[in-house]
Amino acid sequence: MAEKRTYEVVAILGPTTAEDWVSTFNKNVTELIEKLGGTVVNVNDMGVRKLAYKIDKFNEGHYLIFEVDGSGQEVAEVERRFRVNDNVIRYMTIRVDLQRRRAEKFKTRRANRLARRGQSAAARRAERAESQPAAEE
Amino acid sequence: MAERERESGDIYRQDINSDYIPNDRTGKMINRRPLRRKSCGLCRDKIDLIDYKDIHMLRSFIPERGKIMPRRISGNCAIHQRMLATAIKRARSVAFIPFVAD
Repeated sequence: MAEKRTYEVVAILGPTTAEDWVSTFNKNVTELIEKLGGTVVNVNDMGVRKLAYKIDKFNEGHYLIFEVDGSGQEVAEVERRFRVNDNVIRYMTIRVDLQRRRAEKFKTRRANRLARRGQSAAARRAERAESQPAAEE
Repeated sequence: MAERERESGDIYRQDINSDYIPNDRTGKMINRRPLRRKSCGLCRDKIDLIDYKDIHMLRSFIPERGKIMPRRISGNCAIHQRMLATAIKRARSVAFIPFVAD
């Protein structure tokens, strides 16, 4: 494991899957990832939502979003299982650590810029304060 | 070649729409309407990350038809427009928002 990556894995289950099936599915995925050396940081169970378009003739789907830390190997394995599983009607994996790092960069850059601007404004104010009494004299 | 006198019945391009004046060199019509530069609302709101799950926010950049609002209308900067486009495409693929709306 060269570097730690963070992924977001979205799985959409069919609306007809039983509630306890969903929880065992959830547990299985988490256990699988843990076994392969990753960690599940967070599981967001969004419940049954309406789909914007039909998938496999379903109008609704049960959304589960896993946030996974790991090398990517375990995500590949999870995806392979999703493909085999008939209850999973759609899945998607996104790498989120890069965009988070980028957002972090934007934030620091903005803070720096603000600080610099504040400094120059202060400098200008100081200059004005110096020059004004001289002009009055 | 002698210039023809302008007669009352002649239609000059300038007369059709005063905003359009033909370019001297090429004869092409150019728009002289003053342009107001739109500023990026996402920069103003200091948004660093556009999440594909934030459907409400994405919806504000999706017109009736379900397409991605172009930059020339929204006024977004390149960085934010790119972020927005990827977020919309991701949201589409997990059926949060439609590919085509009718």
